[in-house]
Amino acid sequence: MDELKVLEGSNLDTTTQYIVIQVGNEAYGINISYVETISRMVHITRVPKVQPYIKGVINLRGEVIPVLSLRLKMGLADDEITKKSRIIILKLEQYGMVGIVVDEVREVVTLEESQVEKVSADNTAEHQLFVSSVGKCEAGLISLLDLNAVVAEKE
Amino acid sequence: MDVSQYLEIFLDESKEHLQNLNTQILELEQDSENMDTINEIFRAAHSLKGMAGTMGYKRMQNLTHDMEDVFSEVRNGAIKVKPEMIDILFQCLDALEEYVNNIQESADEGTNDNEPIIKALAEIRNGASGGAAPAADKPKDEAPKADAAAEAPAAAPAASSNEKWREIKLTDTEKSLYDAAKAEGKKFFGIDVKVQESCLLKAARAFLVFKALEDHGEIIISQPSSQDIEDEKFENEFSVIVVSGDPIDEILKSVKAVSEIEDATGTELTDSDFAGVEASEEKDEAPAKEEKAEETAPAVVASADKKAAPAKAAEKKSAAKPVVNRTVRVDIEKLDSLMNLVSELIIAKNSLVSSATSSSESDSRNNNFQEQIEYLESVTTSLHESVMKVRMVPIESVVSKFPRMIRDLQKSLGKKMELYMTGEETELDRTVVDEIGDPLMHLLRNAADHGIESDANLRIQRGKPEAGSIFLDAYQDGNNVIIEVRDDGNGIDVDKVREKAIERGTITAEQAEGMTDKEITNLLFLPSFSTAKQISEISGRGVGLDVVKSTIEALSGEVEVKSKLGEGSTWIVRLPLTLAIIQALMVVVGNEKYAISLGSIQTIEDIPAKDIQLVQSKEVITLRGNVIPIVRLNDVLDIESTKSADENLMVIIVKKGDKLAGLVVDELIGQQEIVIKSMGKYITKSKLISGATILGDGEVALILDANALI
Repeated sequence: MDELKVLEGSNLDTTTQYIVIQVGNEAYGINISYVETISRMVHITRVPKVQPYIKGVINLRGEVIPVLSLRLKMGLADDEITKKSRIIILKLEQYGMVGIVVDEVREVVTLEESQVEKVSADNTAEHQLFVSSVGKCEAGLISLLDLNAVVAEKE
Repeated sequence: MDVSQYLEIFLDESKEHLQNLNTQILELEQDSENMDTINEIFRAAHSLKGMAGTMGYKRMQNLTHDMEDVFSEVRNGAIKVKPEMIDILFQCLDALEEYVNNIQESADEGTNDNEPIIKALAEIRNGASGGAAPAADKPKDEAPKADAAAEAPAAAPAASSNEKWREIKLTDTEKSLYDAAKAEGKKFFGIDVKVQESCLLKAARAFLVFKALEDHGEIIISQPSSQDIEDEKFENEFSVIVVSGDPIDEILKSVKAVSEIEDATGTELTDSDFAGVEASEEKDEAPAKEEKAEETAPAVVASADKKAAPAKAAEKKSAAKPVVNRTVRVDIEKLDSLMNLVSELIIAKNSLVSSATSSSESDSRNNNFQEQIEYLESVTTSLHESVMKVRMVPIESVVSKFPRMIRDLQKSLGKKMELYMTGEETELDRTVVDEIGDPLMHLLRNAADHGIESDANLRIQRGKPEAGSIFLDAYQDGNNVIIEVRDDGNGIDVDKVREKAIERGTITAEQAEGMTDKEITNLLFLPSFSTAKQISEISGRGVGLDVVKSTIEALSGEVEVKSKLGEGSTWIVRLPLTLAIIQALMVVVGNEKYAISLGSIQTIEDIPAKDIQLVQSKEVITLRGNVIPIVRLNDVLDIESTKSADENLMVIIVKKGDKLAGLVVDELIGQQEIVIKSMGKYITKSKLISGATILGDGEVALILDANALI
């Protein structure tokens, strides 16, 4: 009985759902299990004297949540807020809830384990630092984000 | 039995009992003959033992058991309280506390048997006169009594016989039933049932026993009560009194037929068992009389017990009192969630208020709307106050451990000193009280170690009594609670601090020149700054005052020190009454809104731009004779001011300790009740901001930490 459960569990583990987002010209995947919710742009209250990539804090159903800019973190130009801009609220063990601003949320894809490939470590471009692996699907290649690295404090 | 669900209650209560024991033993040291204190110690040790036993902590049970033995001897007058004994008792409490701490961390009591203490306790007992040996057995009989005291406070003191059903208190009701049954030719039986220790579903077994008994007759009364038995609130034994026409053997047989029942014994009740009911109004004493009638235990124990019986009866009555106390133990998390809901409500109310004021059409319907909103406002405010009050606990729970600590320090430091405390009843938010223990402890240790002069002759030379005095005074002051730790010792030697600071490179000699005594004293709060010449185990490891300061500041409080060399020092800790909801002044800087806690605001001034002067290239204003530095918030917060340079300045004068500063803002919005929200673990860098709040329109506004700006 117990063995069966383990088997079922590992079966489930072979596929993972990713939310595909657009930042700049590239598409990135975010493991859906870390996503608490996706919010439209709301007023972000600036917090003075913090790292430049921290956009500020927002009110999410009565909770105050810090929001950071994926673009600034990746060394790209500052966000241009459009109708398509969204805040993805992540829930991470180490930091609690953190929002990240993205240009657009496109779709949700389901990837088999075999469709995911680890990237080689010699990729040192700043916006590639946060990519843990690459997923292949019909729409093309998606860089899968290492969320802890994205959120981690940058010195 | 799975007891994990009771673990928290067990921990809470054990700590309470331990604290109580500490206090009582201290009292005993002062007045070794006080029977009330001895009884109280006995009772607390007893309950502790019962609880440890129930939870299956055998080592803890053993130790308390031995301690209790000592006290039963003391109570019987067989041994006298001696100073050495107090020391051993304190060791014993420390060992017990260690068990409790282990249990709290790992749900396991650890493996320390504390044999030396047990041996020492045994020696004390053996020092008692001849009656010691049989007395050692006695408390075993008393174990269920502690539970009885907790679960059925009315229960009478136990007989020393093995018939536990005799502990059941018989009243007029039972008496009349007994008379009626006798007329019908039925008999009363007292039955003790023992459930196997390995039994997992004791309540279910007990239920089957009850069913079996009901086949034979009627259950008159049980102990513990049937409700407690149903809830499994009993150890492995319970007693019942049944009325039945069947012979006792048959009844016992059917009880024993229930599986997992280890044993069942019983006897018939006779008229003499009810003799006490009629003879005495004081029903508690009834079983004592019973004992005389049917004594089964060894004579030595019996006589000891009889002597103790009236005392026990009195004690049980006082123990029963707290039950009338209408209090409920509530998990702090439940209160937190209640508090959160009230916070939500206040935010919703604020948003209603702001939308009501923005829609300015003044038709009659709107008037009514306004009235209702005002009503809502007053209700939410009272609701908030009530919830806050519920969360308030007296600081007593924290400070009551200090007399013991000072006593120990007195011994280890070899100095004579006394601790005087006032205002233990002062209340603070539970979260603050939980945090404040360590900083206060540190200040007291500091006072004992560095404050009070090591040389008693020096004290006498200075015209002070030989024994040093340490004071801990707590009182409420407006929206703050002040806790002062004061000693009549040496005071802070400013020159020594200055020397040390220069030596350590904390400040340069030139800097030291320009610093006031007060500024020098404040250096003590810097990390790794300790002036103790000798590093002792009590204080002086270089961690301490800085931790005290940061802990208190984390609670939005502040600490300062006043001292006079040769006369003593006073450490003043100022804490806010509540943490979650505060009154704040809303201000605008640039196009952003900020909140400043009303607690730190002194006045608000309108200052013409030309009144600003420069002192050492810093902007200051002169206000009623005080020179006050001003801080332009738009500069500090990196934002453009909306005002032009020649306009009047809106200056908020804030106070930290006795320092003042003027904060320049662009606009005032007004006073508002705000709910403090944490900004999470992620944003930690911003020192200026102490938190955030959600405004009526749903936007987040940051709370400025005025202390950090001064």
